[in-house]
Amino acid sequence: MKLLRRERQDRGALTSGQSGSAPGSELNHLRREIDRLFEEPFGFLAPSTSFFEGWTPAVDIYEDKDKYTVKAELPGMKKEDIDVSLDGNTLTISGERKEEQEKKEGEGYRSERFFGRFQRSATLPATVQANKIEAAYKDGVLTIVVPKSEEAKPKQIQVKS
Amino acid sequence: MNATAQAQSQNTTHQAQTHHGNGERGFVTPPANISATDNGYVVEIDMPGVDKEGLEITVEGNELTIIGRRKTDLPEGEACYCESPQADYRRVFELGPEVDTSRISAEMNQGVLKLQLPKSEKAKPKHIEVKVA
Repeated sequence: MKLLRRERQDRGALTSGQSGSAPGSELNHLRREIDRLFEEPFGFLAPSTSFFEGWTPAVDIYEDKDKYTVKAELPGMKKEDIDVSLDGNTLTISGERKEEQEKKEGEGYRSERFFGRFQRSATLPATVQANKIEAAYKDGVLTIVVPKSEEAKPKQIQVKS
Repeated sequence: MNATAQAQSQNTTHQAQTHHGNGERGFVTPPANISATDNGYVVEIDMPGVDKEGLEITVEGNELTIIGRRKTDLPEGEACYCESPQADYRRVFELGPEVDTSRISAEMNQGVLKLQLPKSEKAKPKHIEVKVA
């Protein structure tokens, strides 16, 4: 069965493995992965645990003066299956998306969704406060708020006359 | 894959990659899984960032259209790295005549839409008892 892939329009940097995908997509995946490494401003050097089989969920990072907000698209997971850790300035999101058992009873006609393990890491540019990180999971989106450390926040310097 | 399955996969059409005409936001095609049971079909679609209120599911004739609108409340600050599509989701399926469109049910859980498409009673396999004459 030939599947039409969802291609990202804005950039060629969608990196995700897909089981049952059309032949040649692994090569495309590799090409996109290489493109991504060169385009990458944030040191996302972590392709998923398994290069071809894994799942690389989309990640967005927002920055304002006192925090980073990291969003990861992880539809249909259980909270317990998501793991967030911080090592120095490197934030890592990992976990496993498990396929529901009940599906097994039926015959599959089309299978485009990703299951399995994933891991993404991002090295944040400024030092952060590890003990104040907050993570929430809603509507299939994981949102992590990472406050910057006091010394990393921009300071206003008064100009004396 | 049996004959019915082939017929179904031919019936299930995929929309073009991106649509415009929804103001500034376009549409992307979300990934879907389709499986069949004795009683009908189950369709599961990944639409992270969409809640129950953001869904529009319509059936017109034999065409099932699913639109998922993402919540647009972005985090504070500037996006310095962005992979997620800044678009809504849209997917259209053509239904076989065996689907009872009046009994389609939908459930949304953590960005995954699960649709149950029951077969009409007429289309279900029947056992015919053979009587001894």
